Amino acid sequence: MKSDDLKSGPKKLKTASEHGIQAPLALLAELSHRCPLQCPYCSNPVQLEKKTGELTTEEWKSVIDQAVDMGMHQIHLSGGEPTVRHDLEDIVEHCTVKGLYTNLITSGVLLNPDRLKKLEKLGLEHVQLSFQDTDNENADRIGGYKGGHAKKLEVAKWVREVELPLTCNCVVHRQNIDNLENFIQMALDLDAERVEIAQVQYYGWALKNRAAFIPTPEQLDHATEIVEKARIDLKGKLVIDYVIPDYYAKHPKNCMGGWGRRFLNMNPKGEVLPCHAAETIPHLKFDNVREKSLKWIWENSEAFNLYRGTDWMPDPCKSCDRKEIDWGGCRCQAMALTGDAKNTDPACSISPLHKEIFAMAAEEARRAPPEFIYRRYGVRFNSPI
Amino acid sequence: MKDILKINESVKPKFPKHVRFRHNKARDEWVILAPERLVKLDPVAVEILKLVDGKVSVGAISTDLSKKFNAPKEVIMKDVIEMLQELSDKGFIEE
Repeated sequence: MKSDDLKSGPKKLKTASEHGIQAPLALLAELSHRCPLQCPYCSNPVQLEKKTGELTTEEWKSVIDQAVDMGMHQIHLSGGEPTVRHDLEDIVEHCTVKGLYTNLITSGVLLNPDRLKKLEKLGLEHVQLSFQDTDNENADRIGGYKGGHAKKLEVAKWVREVELPLTCNCVVHRQNIDNLENFIQMALDLDAERVEIAQVQYYGWALKNRAAFIPTPEQLDHATEIVEKARIDLKGKLVIDYVIPDYYAKHPKNCMGGWGRRFLNMNPKGEVLPCHAAETIPHLKFDNVREKSLKWIWENSEAFNLYRGTDWMPDPCKSCDRKEIDWGGCRCQAMALTGDAKNTDPACSISPLHKEIFAMAAEEARRAPPEFIYRRYGVRFNSPI
Repeated sequence: MKDILKINESVKPKFPKHVRFRHNKARDEWVILAPERLVKLDPVAVEILKLVDGKVSVGAISTDLSKKFNAPKEVIMKDVIEMLQELSDKGFIEE
């Protein structure tokens, strides 16, 4: 990207309302990057935030007030691992008072029955529990946390004991995809309402580990067949959400429903991002709730306005009749794979780079998987967590 | 594991514990909120769902609405059943 693209000078970027974009629907709140697990496909940025930089309880409460005033419906309390924060209870209670629908996205390993009971009493509405595999040993190897899987199975029971609805978040890839039917059965056995079968998406940590995770097209087709059959068989009993790796899709995903159109993401230190991977685009400058209001940021932040709408698109996006369906796919993926966030997402079959990248990934999928590069907190920082 | 609910005249529908039928003040709109789901509702659906409380049957809801909108109960009930069945299949309504 040329530097003059970033100047607001003569070519002023259109704001949210000038694009006809309404208030966001939901807030993904990364309360902390701290996490006891080390999943090599973690969606957090490669550069993790320290505990000392995290927003305080009062700052999060103010964000919640602002989100409700803007008309947001839901908050996803995520991380890292959100339960590392001792004020999670205060945050949940505040959301309940304000009428924001609360969803806890957790690895579960730090939870106990009392804390879950308390969170439920304070109004927590839903728990999403991550699973790395259905096989004990392999699950613990992928998460880099001994005893993790067994603990998660227990946590799932505690969640249902306090009558909280449960979603099993299952991240699938070549090293566990053969257990797909077991994942679905596990969700049924754990009395989950919903199961998310999400193929790894390749940014940040996952991109570093792509060769270890990318399935072959045959593995993927088989997985899709299993999911489609289960969806019919279990209609009305279990909701199955399914995300395929977009390398193998014909069209790119309409990432986040379009850049800065429906959602916003906040990192632990209060920066507001159009998506959780946006920090991988080096030239983006994020505004912080410590300096600006959430409403101002949604309307005016350059990081949002840069890729809103379709004006920024080069060809083939610009002349594509799907440009307001796909919104050009994913900016972060375009950045990671082509070196320019404005390019068409190479996941798109008409991207000039699609064939080359697809072939490279398919080749990786045929070779033996390399060792993981684990997501280790504190590798870059010496402070204790 | 849940059983599939078949909506009929005698079913007394209610929202599951984690499903919220809520008015969003800032947007001035009624929505259904569920895990990672947001359902926007048309005015007819809102009128039906305002009567859903786990105590009133589909038949009674339909009678109520047929008076309110001055339309035959059978016609109303067909719409009520269809809408509630659709919501039930997605896990937003139970008995």
